[in-house]
Amino acid sequence: MLYNKKAVYLGIVILVVLLTAPFWAGLFGQNYTKTGVTKPNEEACIENVEFMRAQHMRLLNEWRDEALRNENRTYIAKDGKKWEISLQNTCMRCHKNYDDFCAKCHLSNSVSPYCWTCHIIPVEGK
Amino acid sequence: MNNNRRKFLKIASLSAFALSSGIASMGLSASEAEAKLAPGFYDHGPKTLHAKRWAMVIDTREFHSAEDYEPLIRACHNAHNVPDIPGAKNIKWFWLDSYEHAFPDDMNPYMSEKIKAQPFPLLCNHCTNPPCVRVCPTQATYKMADGIVAMDYHRCIGCRFCMAGCPYGARSFNFFDPRKYLPEPTNPRFPTRMIGVVEKCTFCAERLAVGQLPACVEASNGKILFGDLEDPNSTVRKALAANYSIRRKPNLGTQPGVYYLI
Repeated sequence: MLYNKKAVYLGIVILVVLLTAPFWAGLFGQNYTKTGVTKPNEEACIENVEFMRAQHMRLLNEWRDEALRNENRTYIAKDGKKWEISLQNTCMRCHKNYDDFCAKCHLSNSVSPYCWTCHIIPVEGK
Repeated sequence: MNNNRRKFLKIASLSAFALSSGIASMGLSASEAEAKLAPGFYDHGPKTLHAKRWAMVIDTREFHSAEDYEPLIRACHNAHNVPDIPGAKNIKWFWLDSYEHAFPDDMNPYMSEKIKAQPFPLLCNHCTNPPCVRVCPTQATYKMADGIVAMDYHRCIGCRFCMAGCPYGARSFNFFDPRKYLPEPTNPRFPTRMIGVVEKCTFCAERLAVGQLPACVEASNGKILFGDLEDPNSTVRKALAANYSIRRKPNLGTQPGVYYLI
């Protein structure tokens, strides 16, 4: 004989729903494959989109080491175009809108790089 | 029995060879991957100034008071977003002090009044043997091929070993967020620093890269010379050949790159 039948069954149902909540959230929740970033109007970035999307952080690290340690402050891209190595003065010249470009994607991917404690976001990007 | 042992040894040595060559090739590919990521390549800028060993000669005879140095300090600190923090926790890239403090080895009580009263400009000496570089545990500070002792603030962990190592007090620690003391960045093209890192003069490496002389040199109207110490025809070598010069604390063997004409 089970006492408090209703409460026990209700409790079991609530427990199961809670335990499986991550699966439901994954199935029906918000899809983070779209981050809603606004691309700048310029036609092309320094390298192709797939490379930049996947590797921009490593590229920035490499740029930093080349510029600061080897004093190579010019990057010659695969297509022969020359770029000054500078996050603040080169990347941010096209990617002006910090909130709609950098921030949106970083937020969706729950990463919080601390570039901007030192580097200055251009005024129009704020 | 013998046959079995023979077989065992064969298999063991073969597998040892396979394993070790596998590890070796894995190591190679890892280091190759580390070497370069970008599909393009890197170069100096077209206008970059080059030297084997950058050095500075300051003609202190041409300066008479703290006001004479004021435009130089302002040029330096404005170019690099250096904040002015009241008290002992200020950030110094280019600053002034007395002869007694700047050149303690050369002090005697009977020096001319002019020398005793005059302030002397101080900055990072960009030593040939920089103690700060030796003590930095993260290689955040390092000596470049052209003699400049540079800093990578990304790597600085704020341990302040370099401040203890530097015999010239040329390094400052960010006890506070420097932006609190910089209402507007004075040079929006140059980064600021953040709380918890050490900073110092960079010999304007970022200006040399675009063909400009350091900010203080430019603001000094020829009273500070800047050039290649290893080029006998450079302005610095000519000035050193024609005048008596001293350096700070030479007995420490750090070989400073900043010379003073007295």
